[in-house]
Amino acid sequence: MNPAELERIYETLAHKLDEVGQGDSELYLAKLVLLLAHSVGDVDVVEKHIADAMHGLKITE
Amino acid sequence: MRPAGRSETESLYFKYPHFDAPAIVDRNAEHTAQRVAIVGAGPIGMTAALALAKEGIASVLLDNKATFNDGSRAICIARPSFYILEQLGAIGPFLDKALGWTTGRTFYRGQQILEFEMPDSESEKFRPMYNLQQQYIEQYLWNAVSANDLIDCRWQSEVTGVKDIGDTTELTVRDPHGEYTYDACWVLACDGAHSPMRKLRGHRLRGENFEGRYVIADIQMEHDYPTIRRAYFDPICRPGGTALIHKQPDNIWRIDYQLGDDESTDDALTEDSVRRSVSLLLQEIAYQGNWELEWWSVYTANTLALDDYRDNRIFFVGDSAHIVPIFGVRGLNNGLADAANIGWKLGWVLNGKAGEELLDSYTPERRGATLDVFANASKSARFMTPNTYGWKLMRDAALSLALTHPFAGELANPRQMTAFTYGQSPAVIIDDMPLFDGPAVGALLPDHKLPDGYVSDQLGEGFTVLCFSETLYTALTSVIGRTAKGLCALNLSQYPAVFTAYSADENTAYLIRPDMHIAARWQHATPQKVIDGFQRVTFNLEEAL
Ligand SMILES: Cc1cc2nc3c(=O)[nH]c(=O)nc-3n(C[C@H](O)[C@H](O)[C@H](O)COP(=O)(O)OP(=O)(O)OC[C@H]3O[C@@H](n4cnc5c(N)ncnc54)[C@H](O)[C@@H]3O)c2cc1C
Repeated sequence: MNPAELERIYETLAHKLDEVGQGDSELYLAKLVLLLAHSVGDVDVVEKHIADAMHGLKITE
Repeated sequence: MRPAGRSETESLYFKYPHFDAPAIVDRNAEHTAQRVAIVGAGPIGMTAALALAKEGIASVLLDNKATFNDGSRAICIARPSFYILEQLGAIGPFLDKALGWTTGRTFYRGQQILEFEMPDSESEKFRPMYNLQQQYIEQYLWNAVSANDLIDCRWQSEVTGVKDIGDTTELTVRDPHGEYTYDACWVLACDGAHSPMRKLRGHRLRGENFEGRYVIADIQMEHDYPTIRRAYFDPICRPGGTALIHKQPDNIWRIDYQLGDDESTDDALTEDSVRRSVSLLLQEIAYQGNWELEWWSVYTANTLALDDYRDNRIFFVGDSAHIVPIFGVRGLNNGLADAANIGWKLGWVLNGKAGEELLDSYTPERRGATLDVFANASKSARFMTPNTYGWKLMRDAALSLALTHPFAGELANPRQMTAFTYGQSPAVIIDDMPLFDGPAVGALLPDHKLPDGYVSDQLGEGFTVLCFSETLYTALTSVIGRTAKGLCALNLSQYPAVFTAYSADENTAYLIRPDMHIAARWQHATPQKVIDGFQRVTFNLEEAL
């Protein structure tokens, strides 16, 4: 994925999250993770991303 | 509970018998030398008595009630339990009455998101699951118990005290005639979840309580739907909650529904409230006919067990030893396996066919099974009644995704009960054969269809060696007669299909215990190895070939 493509995903997600709104965005993101995980297909890769995404959150500071 | 005006045992379709207390002369009669006392004639106590009787051991079965347990309670009997009932000679009426099933359907907001099939095939003797009300289960066990001269059942007889005196255990029993003591050499405490025996001995169950509360209601209705387990997530009538529907014989339907955090248990258990909740769910499944309320109760999901199922000469069996969540229907099934397990072991020890060390395998095998149930049931419980933010969000995400993507629906598969593998038990021979993919040591022997019946029909009364060559079979039968009481050989060499099922060639052998679990396996069996193995797992090492 090149920078332009990544930017496109970034923008699409921003629009979608605005559309979904705060109330449902967690559910939406959790569904998205399950979908992406299923298409990645490699448990270790997905687990690594799940761990990586923890960095920089309040709990890990 | 039952509708206003009906007593606890006034059912729409079942007549509860009344049992008198034993006459004084009968209860004071001479005992046999091998005295086993069983406290509690619920499904587990009766099964334990039958398992002992199968080994020729007499028992006295004491119960404080004058009839069966009230209400239909546990309704799902799993395949491994049907094998137990068959071995005890009690299976007939179960097969006639129970409703076998293989399929489950899961719905989310009214739409089906999963249909699962439990493993079943032509070569299976029994269906993976059967539905039958607990009072029928007790009735059919009672038919077998009351026909058995080795079992002295005493109703209206409450055990109120227990004392160790040397090698005997003295029970204090109270019945309508007064109080007496009974000296037993072994005691099986099958006295249920509240087990007075457990309390008298000062033991406690340990584990976790889950938060989900379910109302279980039975109704009678002419509803045209096959025997398929239906699970509803987030139904319109119970936003955010879950509900289950099961078919039982006699047009009885089990409806389980989860209570919300804001609903008090007391309010939810009033007859009005149960009627209202049931009728809303019936509307949702588009049932428009009449229905009658039969019985209801409440259930919370717990995973609690004793650390040790044995205390001196007392064994805890069934709910007295463990309480498991209803999801996955393991309460009753787990207890039946306990009863069968201690039954044959104690029988073999009392008959002098096994060393007393065999009894030490009861706790690791059956507590191991319970811990396995806990792991599975906790998984189901967290899906059915997620109790933290994270579990709830992921559950909801899976359900929502499942509306369009069937792979996510699999996360809702309850994975029903399979028999536990006693892989670490002292009563099996742990092996190391990574290249051998036959059924594992400790596992329940997978059955297989033969031209004339099933492998399970051919097993002996005690231990059985499965042989896949005429040579081994002949060699074994000639030594067994002389040395190994309780062992017999079965020649499967003429059935090619069985070789595949058990990954066998002509040198393979399996040693099967009386409870159909695999005690040992050999890729290069010899009569000597088999006899040694048999003596080892029955703790009869002094007997030489
Ligand atoms: C209301 C309810 C609903 C349930 N629903 C389900 C369900 O949907 N699915 C499921 O899998 N399981 C369910 N269960 C659990 C299931 O019924 C038990 O797992 C099963 O009955 C266990 O059998 P048991 O023989 O160990 O204990 P019990 O059936 O409890 O039998 C114990 C017996 O011991 C007797 N007893 C107690 N104390 C003494 C004493 N001091 N002296 C003499 N006798 C004594 C009692 O009277 C009773 O007959 C339910 C239980 C209850 C109570």
